[in-house]
Amino acid sequence: MIRNMPIHSCLCPAFCRFEYLEKDEAMIELTDVSKSFTLHNQGSAVIPVMEGASLKVDPGECVALTGASGAGKSTLMRVIYGNYLAASGTVLVGGLDVAKAQPREILALRRETLGYVSQFLRVVPRVPTLEVVAEPLLALGRDRQVALDKAAGLLARLNIPERLWSLSPTTFSGGEQQRVNIARGFAHAYPAMLLDEPTASLDAQNRETVLSLIEEAKARGAAIVGIFHDVEARERVCDRSVNVSEFTPGQAA
Amino acid sequence: MTPLLQVKDIEKSYGARIGCTDVSFDLYPGEVMGIVGESGSGKSTLLNCLAGHLEPDAGQVIFDTRADGPVDTVTMSEPERRMLSRTDWAFVHQHARDGLRMSVSAGGNIGERLMAVGDRHYGDIRDKAIDWLGRVEISEARVDDRPTAFSGGMQQRLQIARNLVTGPRLVFMDEPTGGLDVSVQARLLDLLRGLVREMGLSAIIVTHDLAVVRLLADRLMVMKDGHVVETGLTDQVLDDPQHAYTQLLVSSVLQV
Repeated sequence: MIRNMPIHSCLCPAFCRFEYLEKDEAMIELTDVSKSFTLHNQGSAVIPVMEGASLKVDPGECVALTGASGAGKSTLMRVIYGNYLAASGTVLVGGLDVAKAQPREILALRRETLGYVSQFLRVVPRVPTLEVVAEPLLALGRDRQVALDKAAGLLARLNIPERLWSLSPTTFSGGEQQRVNIARGFAHAYPAMLLDEPTASLDAQNRETVLSLIEEAKARGAAIVGIFHDVEARERVCDRSVNVSEFTPGQAA
Repeated sequence: MTPLLQVKDIEKSYGARIGCTDVSFDLYPGEVMGIVGESGSGKSTLLNCLAGHLEPDAGQVIFDTRADGPVDTVTMSEPERRMLSRTDWAFVHQHARDGLRMSVSAGGNIGERLMAVGDRHYGDIRDKAIDWLGRVEISEARVDDRPTAFSGGMQQRLQIARNLVTGPRLVFMDEPTGGLDVSVQARLLDLLRGLVREMGLSAIIVTHDLAVVRLLADRLMVMKDGHVVETGLTDQVLDDPQHAYTQLLVSSVLQV
């Protein structure tokens, strides 16, 4: 069992991988991962984008991915989330190899264990903001009122005016959408989190709130992988950095 | 966990022409699977084979029934299959008029399915019908109107209410948002998503609209010329398609 980790209220024991996680085992562990894209409709061009990527993140640790734009930070993050299919290597998250898992195993992992705050908010049109934020908790089968209260608390913390909560976020400003996205990402206490530029386009006060949320997540034992262009933020919350340029094919090695 | 539906090597030909072939997958309780592909790719043929509307030439469609556990629905008797399609299964047609009785009132359309499973108390049936009209956002005042007096979007919502009133566990949907205005589509998607979660439904949705599957389906199956060319998590298939045809499909969508 994991140190410093609160009892995980898993509703789906059949999928719960925590029992397999030994003491001191990393929450996220990538070993020799490669990724390439084959463009079948453009002369079957094969574009290798990542090679020999290895990364280990312990519970309570935050690791920053660095490297120039296009170096593959988001690609690596998407490989961990199971959004991109790794060509080879293992991608263990909470003991499950995302590179080889069945869709339903990945869905369960995303529901219970692995959160992802992307840069863009994607929602069903017409759904009120409060529901959008409560969604991860409702999907876990939590009590509706508890989920909505938690969502309200986060929205208030992130300075989304209460009069907007009953509206769909599709018409919100970029910064507001970003904060709704963050609120949703932090609604459930995921043991592992991926954060893609969580402080981009935020003012000082909201940036401070987001950094506190990240610190709180670390304190409860979440393993975090983040992309931060904001150097100050990175230095404050991240324990170390990994430069993904090392994984660009034909550059290092 | 036992899959709710196990599909094994389903094949259906129309003479020498292949409808669909070599289709196998498992669907678990609570899962929503999308089937995409262009017209003529065999997705509707497959859906009709699964739902018992067409008899496949080969293969098994094993459903985990409440009473007897997993049973092959292809070889089960017609009355048994009909009972299943009234209780545990539901089928939402693209054209609401194919799934509704147009000469019967809205309440009657919902009540009919309840009566088919043995409900007899008029008051209960009417109450349930009104409750379901509310859930699909149709005013109680319209309960005695015929669906012919409804708009296309309302007819589609009525069809959904009629299908879900008996608490099915598996819903087949054939282009459920096809032919509707985008604003009506969004409303329907929101409704379907809510119902799928509240009722813990499993669903198989055939559509050619990638935006619809992205929002509704957990998993995706891509078909071309009767064959399954790619399967996987919905966002993985759409964001990192592996097969040439899926890449073409994804890259052909107009950006809004």
